[in-house]
Amino acid sequence: MGEALVVSDREEFITTKGRQKQPIKCDADSIAGCVSQRACVYCGARVVLNPITDAAHLVHGPIGCASYTWDIRGSLSSGSELYRNAFSTDLQEEDVIFGGGKKLTAAIDELVGKYQPKLIFVYSTCIVGVIGDDLNAICKAAALKHEIEVIPVQSSGFIGNKSAGYRAACDAILQLLQPTGIKKANSINYLGDYNLAGEAWIIESYLREMGIELNVVFTGDSSSEKLKTATQASLNIMQCAGSTNYLAGKMEELYHIPYIRVSFLGLQDTADSLRQIAAALGNEEAARKAEILIARESARIQPVIDKYRRKFAGKKAAVYVGGGFKAISLIKQFRELGMEVVMIGTQTGRKEEYETINSLVADGTVILDDANPAELERFMTKQGANLLVGGVKERPLAYKLGIAFIDHNHDRKHPLSGYVGAVNFAREVYSTLCSPVWNYLPDHDRGDVV
Amino acid sequence: MLDATPKEIVERKALRINPAKTCQPVGAMYAALGVHNCLPHSHGSQGCCSYHRTVLSRHFKEPAMASSSSFTEGASVFGGGANIKTAVKNIFALYDPDIIAVHTTCLSETIGDDLPTYIREMEIPEGKLVIHANTPSYQGSHITGFASMVKGFINYLSLNSGVPNGNFNIIPGFVGPADMREIKRIFKVMGIPYTMLPDTSGVLDAPNTGKYKMYPKGGTKIEEIVDAGNAALTVALGSYASEMGAKELEKKCKVPFITLKTPIGIDATDELLMSLAKQTGKEIPAELEEERGQLVDLMIDSQQYFQGRKAALVGDPDEMIALSQFIIALGMIPQYVVTGTPGSAFAREITAMMQEAGLEGIVKAEKDFFDVHQWIKNENVDLLISNTYGKFIARAEDIPFVRFGFPVMDRYGHNYNPVVGYKGAMFLLEQMCNAMLDKEDRECAEEDLEVVR
Ligand code: SF4
Ligand code: SF4
Repeated sequence: MGEALVVSDREEFITTKGRQKQPIKCDADSIAGCVSQRACVYCGARVVLNPITDAAHLVHGPIGCASYTWDIRGSLSSGSELYRNAFSTDLQEEDVIFGGGKKLTAAIDELVGKYQPKLIFVYSTCIVGVIGDDLNAICKAAALKHEIEVIPVQSSGFIGNKSAGYRAACDAILQLLQPTGIKKANSINYLGDYNLAGEAWIIESYLREMGIELNVVFTGDSSSEKLKTATQASLNIMQCAGSTNYLAGKMEELYHIPYIRVSFLGLQDTADSLRQIAAALGNEEAARKAEILIARESARIQPVIDKYRRKFAGKKAAVYVGGGFKAISLIKQFRELGMEVVMIGTQTGRKEEYETINSLVADGTVILDDANPAELERFMTKQGANLLVGGVKERPLAYKLGIAFIDHNHDRKHPLSGYVGAVNFAREVYSTLCSPVWNYLPDHDRGDVV
Repeated sequence: MLDATPKEIVERKALRINPAKTCQPVGAMYAALGVHNCLPHSHGSQGCCSYHRTVLSRHFKEPAMASSSSFTEGASVFGGGANIKTAVKNIFALYDPDIIAVHTTCLSETIGDDLPTYIREMEIPEGKLVIHANTPSYQGSHITGFASMVKGFINYLSLNSGVPNGNFNIIPGFVGPADMREIKRIFKVMGIPYTMLPDTSGVLDAPNTGKYKMYPKGGTKIEEIVDAGNAALTVALGSYASEMGAKELEKKCKVPFITLKTPIGIDATDELLMSLAKQTGKEIPAELEEERGQLVDLMIDSQQYFQGRKAALVGDPDEMIALSQFIIALGMIPQYVVTGTPGSAFAREITAMMQEAGLEGIVKAEKDFFDVHQWIKNENVDLLISNTYGKFIARAEDIPFVRFGFPVMDRYGHNYNPVVGYKGAMFLLEQMCNAMLDKEDRECAEEDLEVVR
C-alpha cells in the first residue's frame, strides 16, 4: 500500500511545513468512499455526556449505537456507576414503520422503575431523525410525570460530524444549568476533562493546594446535582476545547463566567496553566502557592524525565488524535522528551489550531486533517516515525508497521495529565518504544519510501 | 453498575439493558473481510462504520478496514445514490480492491435506498465487482448481518457452469479466524477438497511482518465463490449464521446442503465428522480419532469438577446451542442460556437437549445481560461463559468466568486459539475447569489449599 494514491480531493487536507504556502483545509465533511477514522454526531454527544455518573444514558434507536458505546469511555466515578450501563430502546422494524414514540415513553417508565435516576439523557440516533419521533415532547412529558430531568440530545448521526455532537451535548448541559444567585470567589469549573483514568482528580489536587476550589468538572465524575451548581464558579478553565468551547462561550454569555484555555499535558503546559489560572483569578496567594507546587513537582519529575530522555535520542513521533489542542500539547510534550514530531493530524482540528501546529513543528513535518489509514501509513513510513500517538483504530495499524504506539483516547490505562501524567507518558513512550519485541520483526527500512 | 441490578424480576417491554447482541452491519463487515482483496463498505453515516471497525479492532487486535458513504443531511433527504456512486469511484481509485461489499445501515434502509439499482447504474472498472447485502439493524443482530452478507456474495457471484468440481463448500458461521483454520484442517485431514466462505484466517490473524497490508493474503478468492456453484455439497455450520447462504446456493446453483451445529464440544464435532464420513464414504482418520481420545481422557480426568455444577451461558445462538450440548456432556447444568438474537430454534433446540438429559433451566432468545444478572441474583451459578461484558456480573457475583464469543476486548490470544473441533473443546474445557479451580484456591480455607487437584 506504500504507493497508494492520495485522492485528489484530499490534497487540500494535507500540507508539509515549509513547502506549501496555502493553509490546510479542515472542518469539512469526509469524502464518500474514504476509510475515515471519524465518528458521528451521536458519538460526539455521547462521549461528552457519558461521564455524568448518575445519569441514565438512554439511546433511542436500533441496538448497535447503544452496544458500541457501552462503557467504552474509561472515565472514573467517585459515586454512582449508573452511567456505565447500556440502555436502548432496541427499535424493531414495526417501530420504524409506525414510530418509536410509544416505545420510548415506555422505556423511560421502565428505566425510572428500575433505577430511579434523577437525570436521563435521551439520545436520538440516525433513524430517529428520519422517522421523526418528537423527542422534545416525549422527554418533557416524562419529566413532568416522574418529576426528574429528562433531557433530549439531538444527535442523529448524519446531521454533521462529531463536532455537531459536542454542541448537542453542550446544549443538553445548558438545559441543566441554573443561576443560583450565589457566586463563589476562587471557585472554578474545569471544562473538557472526562476523568479518564482519574485525570480530573489529579488537577483537583493541584488546585486544592493552590487554595482554589474545583467546583464542577465537565463532565468527568460529575453528577446532576453538582452540574446545577456550575453557575456559582468565578472562572471556567477549558482543556478539551473541541468539545467544550461552545459551552464555555455560552456560560460566559449567560452567567458571566470568563474562561481561559489550559492544558495539563507535559511539564511546560502544566506549569503555564497553573500560573494562568492564578492570574485569571487575580489571586496572588494562589500564584505564590502555584510556584511552590511547580518548583517542587518539577524538581521531583525532571530527573525522571531526563532519564527517559536519554533513551529517546533521535526518535521520531507521529500524532493522530481527535482535537487540535491536544495535538499542540503533544508537540511540546515530545520536545520535552527530546523527540521531534514528524507527522501530525487530527480528526476535528480547527483552522487556528492548525496555524499554531504549523508554527510549532519543524520544516518537513506533514500535517493532515481527517486522515485515512492509507495516508497515515504512507506518511508515517515516509517520515520514518518510530512511535504513533492515536486512538483505538490506529493501534493495530502502527503495530503492523512495526511502530510503537500510545493510546491517547478512551483506551488509555494511566492518567496522562499533570506531573504524574507526564511521568506516565514518558514511561509509556519508553515501554513501547524500547520493548524488545520489535527486535523480532524482519528488518524493514523506514526512511526512503515515497 | 455492579450492584445496581435489582433482584425482583419485572417483565420489560421497551427497555433493553446491557444488550447481548449488536447490529447487522458489523456481522456483514466481518464476513466481507473474509473475502480476498475485498473492501467492506458501509452505506450510511460515518459513525456506524467507525463503531464497527472499532469493535472489530478491539476484538481481533487487528486493523479492520472499511469505507463509508459518509452520509450527511442531504443524503438522508435525497437518498444516498450520489454518495455510493462517488464512494465506489473513490474506493477503486484509492484502495484498489477487487471487490467492494456494500452493506446498508439503519439510515440507508430507512430512507429506502435501492442498492441493486445504484449498482446497476454505477461505473465499475473492468474486472472489478460491487455486491451488496441489506442489513437494517432494526432486524436480527450481527449474526443476521453475517448471514445476509454471505448470501449476498453467493447471490451476486456463484454460478453453476455445469462442471462439478467435487468440492464441499463450508460456511463456518460467525466464528474466529482460528476456528476457520481448525475447520479447514479437519477437512484437510479428512481428505475432502473444500471452499470456505467467508474465511477470515490469514486476514484477521495475519502474521506481523513489519509491513502493513490492506489486503492480507487470506480470504476466500472471488473465483472460489463463483465456483462454489459447482460444488457437490454445502456444509452450513450453524443454522443462524450459515443456513441462509447455503439455501441461496441451493436455489441459485442447485448445490444441496446440510446444516450442522457449529462444531463446539465433543458431540457437535462427532456429528460433523460422521456426516462428512457418511457423505464421502471416507473413514475418520487416525489423527482425529487420537484427538478425540485425548479429549475424552481430559473429560474423564476432570469430571469430578464439572458434575452437577451450574453454568450461565450468554452469546450467539449457533455457538450457544453447541456449547450447551458440551456443558451437558461434561455433567454440568446449563442453568441459564441466553442469546440477544431473535429466533425460535434457539430455545427449542437447547430445551430439547436439556429435557433429554433430564435437566431444567431457563433458555431464552432476545434477552440481555440484565436478565441474566437478575436470574443469577435469584439463584447463583458456578461458572459464567460469555463475551467480555459478562465480567461485570462475574465480579459482582464472584463467579468463575470464561470469555467466549464476540466481542472479547479485554484479553489477548483468543484470535489464535480455536474453540471448535476436539482441540478447541480441550482448550475450552481447560479454561472452564481452571477458572473454577482458581476460585477454589483463592477462597478456600488455608488448610484446604492443596498442591494436587
Ligand atoms: S445506526 Fe444502526 S447500523 Fe449504525 S450503529 Fe446504530 S444500530 Fe448499527
Ligand atoms: S446510526 Fe447514526 S447515530 Fe448511530 S452510530 Fe451510526 S451514525 Fe452514529
